[in-house]
Amino acid sequence: MKRIHLILCCLFMIAAAATTFAQGSGETLISNATILTASHGKIENGSILIRGGKIVAVGKAAEVKAGPGAKVIDATGMFVTPGFVDSHSHTALDSVNEGSLSVTAMVRMTDVVDDTDINIYRQLAGGMTTIHPLHGSANSIGGQNVVLKLKWGRSAEELILADAPRTIKFALGENPKRSNFNAPGAQRRFPATRMGVEETIREAFTQGREYIQKWDAYEAAKKLGDNPMPPKKDLKLEAIADVLKGKMDIHSHCYRADEILMLMRLCEEFGIRVHTLQHVLEGYKVAPEIAKHGASASILPDWWGYKMEAYDAIPFNAAVMTRHGVVVSIHSDSNEHARRFYQEAGKMMKYGDLTEEEALRLITLNPAIQLRLDKRIGSIDVGKDADLVLFNGHPFSVYSRPEVTMIEGEVFFDRKKDLEMRDKIAKEKKELIEREKKLPGAVQPTQPAQMIIPTLTEDDLDGHFHDGKAIRKP
Amino acid sequence: MKLFKTCLNHSLLVIVFLLAGIPVLAQGSFAIRNARIITVTNGTIERGTIVIKDGKITAVGTSAAVPKDAKVIDGSGLSVYPGMIDSNTVVGLTEVSSVPATVDTTELGDFKANMKALTAVNPNSDVIPVSRMNGVTTVLTCPRGGIIAGQCALINLDGWTPEQMKLLAPAGMHFTYPVMGFGGRGGGFGGGFARGPNDQARQQRDRQVESLKNTIEDAIAYMKAREAAAADKSIPARAIDLGLDALIPVIKGQVPVIMSANGEREIKAAVEFAEKYKLKLIINGGDEATKVAKLLKEKNIPVILGSTLDLPNAEDEAYDIAFSRASELQKAGVRFAFSTGDAAYVRLLPYHAGMAAAFGLPKEEALKGVTIYPAQILGVDKLVGSIEVGKIANLVVTDGDILELRTKVKNMFISGRPVDLSNKHTKLYEKFKDRQ
Repeated sequence: MKRIHLILCCLFMIAAAATTFAQGSGETLISNATILTASHGKIENGSILIRGGKIVAVGKAAEVKAGPGAKVIDATGMFVTPGFVDSHSHTALDSVNEGSLSVTAMVRMTDVVDDTDINIYRQLAGGMTTIHPLHGSANSIGGQNVVLKLKWGRSAEELILADAPRTIKFALGENPKRSNFNAPGAQRRFPATRMGVEETIREAFTQGREYIQKWDAYEAAKKLGDNPMPPKKDLKLEAIADVLKGKMDIHSHCYRADEILMLMRLCEEFGIRVHTLQHVLEGYKVAPEIAKHGASASILPDWWGYKMEAYDAIPFNAAVMTRHGVVVSIHSDSNEHARRFYQEAGKMMKYGDLTEEEALRLITLNPAIQLRLDKRIGSIDVGKDADLVLFNGHPFSVYSRPEVTMIEGEVFFDRKKDLEMRDKIAKEKKELIEREKKLPGAVQPTQPAQMIIPTLTEDDLDGHFHDGKAIRKP
Repeated sequence: MKLFKTCLNHSLLVIVFLLAGIPVLAQGSFAIRNARIITVTNGTIERGTIVIKDGKITAVGTSAAVPKDAKVIDGSGLSVYPGMIDSNTVVGLTEVSSVPATVDTTELGDFKANMKALTAVNPNSDVIPVSRMNGVTTVLTCPRGGIIAGQCALINLDGWTPEQMKLLAPAGMHFTYPVMGFGGRGGGFGGGFARGPNDQARQQRDRQVESLKNTIEDAIAYMKAREAAAADKSIPARAIDLGLDALIPVIKGQVPVIMSANGEREIKAAVEFAEKYKLKLIINGGDEATKVAKLLKEKNIPVILGSTLDLPNAEDEAYDIAFSRASELQKAGVRFAFSTGDAAYVRLLPYHAGMAAAFGLPKEEALKGVTIYPAQILGVDKLVGSIEVGKIANLVVTDGDILELRTKVKNMFISGRPVDLSNKHTKLYEKFKDRQ
C-alpha cells in the first residue's frame, strides 16, 4: 500500500518535472501582452525580453526587439504579472513547530525543506513563484525561516534562496500562550498570558544582550593580547544576538492591537525594530503607531471569526494600513489560499478602494520588500528575475486563470502541458497498481488511498483548521 | 407518473411547510428603475424596472408601471440579481469557531434527527450581516456531526427572530454516510468515525452503516405502529420517540436526506441506501461525484458541492480538481449547487461559483448554481432563486457582475425589506480608518 503510494508520488513528480523545459540560456520574448508591472503601471500591447533568466527589456511591443533565434511566446490577449510572493507560508516543510520550549531561536527551517511537497506544484499553477516558509507560532520566539523559489522538480538546495536576508519567527497572543491547545490534564507551559509572552521575549533579549557583551569582552581582551577563556557557544543566543544586531529580521505573528503595540515598544527598548508584523489582523486599529515604528505588515486578507483574537478582523485592514503609509502584503498561511493569491488581492480593491497597482503590489512588490528581495523580484523591471505569470484574462477577474508560470525565464507550469499529462499519468497509475497486485506476497490494498491528507498550517497545529480542509469534511 | 408523483409530493411539501411559516414579508412598495436586470430564468433586461410590493416582486420589465407610493431607487449603471443562496452553512449556529461556548453546530451522539438548526439560529449573530456583504440573502444552515446530525433550515439573512428568517424548515435532514477512517487527523471530523488500522476501521464503518439502516428500519416500524394505533384504538400505541418521530417526514419522502458523502464508494452506497428506503436524496460534498455522474444523472440526484475553493484530496489528483468539479457535473447533466460549508466565509460564495467558471463552467451556469439551482434542489424555486413576478423579493443591487471580486453591493432587499448593509466589519472600518 505504502509502496504504491510512494511509486505514484515519484511518478507524478517526475512527470510534472518533465513538463518543465530549460530555456534559461537563450532569449525569450513574451509579446503583445497587457503587462501589469507592479512598479510602473500597466503596459498595453507590451513585450518582455528575457535573457539569462533576467528581464532585459520591458515596454511597448514595438520598442522591445528580440535577437534572431529567440523563443517567442505570443501572449496576445493575455495578461502578464510578476510571479507572486508569499510572505507567510508553511509549504514544503517537513515540520513546522518546535513547540516544546518557549524560545527555539536555534532551529532552522532550511534544514526541513521538503522539495517533494505537491503543494509546490499546485501553487505554481496559481502563479506563486517565491515563498517564505516560516516556523510555526506555538512559541513566543520560534525558529529561523527560509525563502524558496518554487522550482518544482529540483532539489531543496536549488529551491532555497541561500543569500536571502535571514528572518526569524516570533509569535504573540493565543498561540504561544496555548489558549486553544490545552488538553485536559496536560501540563501547562509558560507563558500562558500576554504578560508572560512579553516577559519571555524580554528575557531572551536580555540574555542575548549579555551574550553579546560577553563575546565583545572576549574579543576585546584578545585584541589586547590576553589569552581569555572564550564564552560558551549558545546557538539559541547566537540567533537572538543576530536579531539584536539587526542581522536577522523579526517576522512576528500577532493579532490584537495591544500585543502589536507591546512588541514594538519592547523592540524599541532594545534599540531594534519589528521588521514585519505577520497576520496583524487588528493592525488597522493601530496603523499610525505601526507606521511610526516603521514595521511592515503581512496580512491575512479577509479571514475572521475563527478564534477570539480574530473576531475584530476586517477585510479593510490592507487599505487602512496602506493609507497610513505602511508597506502591506497579503499572505496565504495556507496551501489552499496560496493557489489563488491573485483573487485575494483583487478583493482588496473592493474593501477600501485600493488602486489596481496597490492591490497587485500586495502580492508582488510589497512582500519582496518585506523579504528585502525587492532588488531581485516583485515587479516587471529590467534587471529583475524573470519570474512571471501569464493569465488568460485580467488577474483580478474571478473568471481568469494562470496559464503559464515561469521562474527565472524557465517555464515551471504550463496548463496546456498539465492537461496533456493527465491521461498519461492516469494510465501509468493503473498499470502500476496492476503490476503491484501481481507481485508475490504484496499486501493488497483494501481501499484506494483517497482519504483526506490534511495539509497542516501553523494554526492547524494549534487546534484550528483555517486551511479549511478538515473543517468541512465530512 | 413517477414525475407527477414527485411533483405532487414536492408541491404538497412546499404548501405544508409554507403554511407552517412563510417569512414575514415587509409592507410597502419599492421600485428599482433603469437597472440591468439579470432575471436568471428569463434572460437579462438591459434597462428595466422591478416593482416590489408587500414583500413580493409584482412587476418586472422595460415598461413596468411604478406605483405612486413606491420608494424608488435609481438603478442607472447598476445591476439587479436575485439574492444568492448558500446551500450548506452553519450560519447562526456558530460565532467564533474555536470558542466552544459560541458553537451550537454539533449535538452529542450519532443519531439526532430531532435536533433542529432553526432552534439555535442566533438572529443577532454578527456573522449574519457579514454573510450578506457580497450578495447572499439566503442560506441553508445545517447541524453537524454523527450519522444523522439533525434538521437543516433554509433561512433568509434578515429577521428579528428565527421564525421571521425561516423560509423552509426542515429543509432537509443532514446525514453523513459512514466512512472508513485511516487514523491520524484525516478521518473523524464531524463525528465519531472509525480510525485505526484498515480491518478495524472497516469493521467500525460497517457497524455504523448497519446502525444507520437499523435506525431507518426502526423508524419505519415506529411509524407503522403509531399509524396503526391511531387507526385502531384497540392497538396499544408505541411510546413517542422524538428521534424516530423526526424521521417520519424523511421516510415519507417529504423532507430530503442531505447526505454528506465525498468518496465514490460512499456516494454509490448512499444512492443504494436512499433507493432501498425510497428516500429523497441530495448528495452533499460530492468530491468524487464526477466518478458517479452517470448514476446521479440517471437517478436525478442533485449534488450540493462542498467547497470549490478546495485542495485536491490526493497527491496525484489534478491541481484544479475542485475548481472544475462543477463543470464536469454540468457536462454530465447532474444538477448541482455551490456551498461554502461555513459561517464566517459565506460572503465568499460568489467566488466559489466564479472559480468554477474560470475552470470550464459557463458563466450563466455558475450564477444559476448560487440562485435558481439551489432553490430547485431545496424545493423552493416557486419562492426564490430568480427575478420573477410572484416570487419573494430577495434582491441584490450591484455595481457589476455579482460573482466578480471587485463588485460592490449597493442595495439589498430581503422579503421585500430594504436591508442595512452595514455590519461589524464596515462599522469597525468607519470607526478606525481616520483615527489620529
